[in-house]
Amino acid sequence: MTSDMSAIKIENITKTYEKGKVLALESISLDIKRGELFGLIGPDGAGKTSLFRILTTLLLADSGKATVEAFDVVKDLWDIRKISGYMPGRFSLYQDLTIEENLNFFATVFNTTVEENYHIIKEIYVQIEPFKNRRAGKLSGGMKQKLALCCALIHEPKVLFLDEPTTGVDPVSRKEFWEMLGRLKDRGITILVSTPYMDEASRCDRIALIQKGKIMDVDTLDHILEKNYQEILGVKAANRYDLVKAINQFDNLKSCFAFGGEQHVVLNDGFKSKDEFQQFLIEKGIENLEIRVVEPDIEDVFIKLMQENSND
Amino acid sequence: MKVFLTLIKKEFWHVLRDKRSLVILLGLPIVMMLLFGFALTNEVKNSEVLILDFSKDQASQTLIDRIDHSEYFSIAGNLSSEKEIVSSFRKGKSRLAIIFPQDFQNSISHEKKAQIRLVADASDPNTANIVINYASAIIRDYQNELNEEKKLPYTINLETKMLYNPQLKSAFNFVPGVMTLIMMLLGAMMTSVSIVREKETGTMEVLLVSPMKPILVVLSKAIPYLLLCFTDIILILLMAVFVLGMTIQGSLVLLLAESILFIITTLSLGLLISTIASTQQIAMFISLVALMLPSLIFSGFMFPIENMPIPLQVISNLIPTKWYYSIVRSVMVKGLGFEYVIKPTLILIAMTLAYLFIAIKKFKIRLA
Repeated sequence: MTSDMSAIKIENITKTYEKGKVLALESISLDIKRGELFGLIGPDGAGKTSLFRILTTLLLADSGKATVEAFDVVKDLWDIRKISGYMPGRFSLYQDLTIEENLNFFATVFNTTVEENYHIIKEIYVQIEPFKNRRAGKLSGGMKQKLALCCALIHEPKVLFLDEPTTGVDPVSRKEFWEMLGRLKDRGITILVSTPYMDEASRCDRIALIQKGKIMDVDTLDHILEKNYQEILGVKAANRYDLVKAINQFDNLKSCFAFGGEQHVVLNDGFKSKDEFQQFLIEKGIENLEIRVVEPDIEDVFIKLMQENSND
Repeated sequence: MKVFLTLIKKEFWHVLRDKRSLVILLGLPIVMMLLFGFALTNEVKNSEVLILDFSKDQASQTLIDRIDHSEYFSIAGNLSSEKEIVSSFRKGKSRLAIIFPQDFQNSISHEKKAQIRLVADASDPNTANIVINYASAIIRDYQNELNEEKKLPYTINLETKMLYNPQLKSAFNFVPGVMTLIMMLLGAMMTSVSIVREKETGTMEVLLVSPMKPILVVLSKAIPYLLLCFTDIILILLMAVFVLGMTIQGSLVLLLAESILFIITTLSLGLLISTIASTQQIAMFISLVALMLPSLIFSGFMFPIENMPIPLQVISNLIPTKWYYSIVRSVMVKGLGFEYVIKPTLILIAMTLAYLFIAIKKFKIRLA
């Protein structure tokens, strides 16, 4: 049985709010393996937090079934609460308690002590230990996240649920945070992490792309990129407004969207009509035109899948 | 148990570190006592009186002196015509004018009857009544003295005795009232707000995803507030005795025990509110509007319940403050023992158990 290998198994979970009016999750199924670092990637409002809350026994799904370490999220909630570590999207520790007090408090709540499990958090805790008498409300975003992670880890959970842990955190701290997650994974902890940042997908073993309560694809990043490869042109010009207007007049256009400082353009027959496209824009009077070939990344894929889904 | 102690310790940190709330918690009873004791009082002291004396004889002079020397009145001035009364009242300083007709003394000694007119500013009816009563009492005293000298054939001597509160001090009324209101406000509002705060800041979310029974979180909040409310009761009683000169007639132990019972009642109400409210504002709103207002109206502190229409009297039985207020008055003012307050005590216990039962029933082990 493959289910022995699963840490989290989700089958056809549907969740609505306001008596069925708002659809948050639409028949979601996922199978997350033990020891996997699994990323749930999608924009705000995609349904990530709802899924986390269902898995951490905080919410009940309308229909469907989910298990964490073979415990049912509805029936066995007390078992799940013993083995999971949860870090909500919002900083949810006591702002008026110091780092040390917060940590000791959560250790006691989980029937353990900081001393007993210090080895698990040591690596992370040493970074914030110099400020252990500072109140949590006065910490920087990165330090808050480290403290929250320590509190979620203090009881040595088997499964770690991290809901957007890097939102609002500076790039350096984000990088550090993902390195820490990598080391926790090496300890054998299953980690389900959500993020709106596409670039963080490369840190995960496998990812699920989620949009409007539906999972668009589940695979390793490389496979997803491979499966969804398309020939993309990066287009830049002096006047962006005119450029976008001109691009949208091109007959053979498949999609065009802003990406950093340039427009990512996909043509119906790929690079074959690149020259024709370039000629078209020059005729439209676009100045300082630059067109280059772009290697598609996860964000391109996400937009492609989004468009395919909405065309259905 | 260790978990519970840690939770209580955490609650104390919350309470003690929030200096602003702490000042309110301990300052509110003091401010309320001083307000009701000295500023918001129904007692009339040194009320200004105007005199219009057309006789200017010995009898009128004696009465005027007596009025002036009483602690309720002081003579503000002599008028020369009735027209001046209205214009003086309009200025708003005096509330009472006393008019002696011509030949006041002559009428008393020869016709055996005389008239005095009292004119009061009844724009505030309560005060006008009180002022008239005080003045009448002084005049009646004088009349009785005159009668002592010449025995009248038939007289009914009225002897009134104001039991439990001979000096009609308002402290006897408002100290139990302040105790009731403060407990209601702090007990119900502070607990419900502090529980709902955990929901609002998301800490409840983290606590729920732990093996601990979440009801412990809620119960642990009750302990610091129980202590705080008890401190407030002590503060109020100390002020009543040492600042307002009140004596506690009944057993202090009984009074404190009943107070602890009532604190537990308000804390359970706070728990109940916290299961309904989703934000701190809603919790505060429910506590203030849905609890304070009925408490104020139906406790008997502001308005006598006996005067209300029957349906309202029935409703008043559902308000816990009514019962506590009656207990405090019985014990503190009338000096009654436990056997006289068994009924309200049992009612309070029943209400508390009901609130707790519903609160625990309604308490969610999930977010929604």
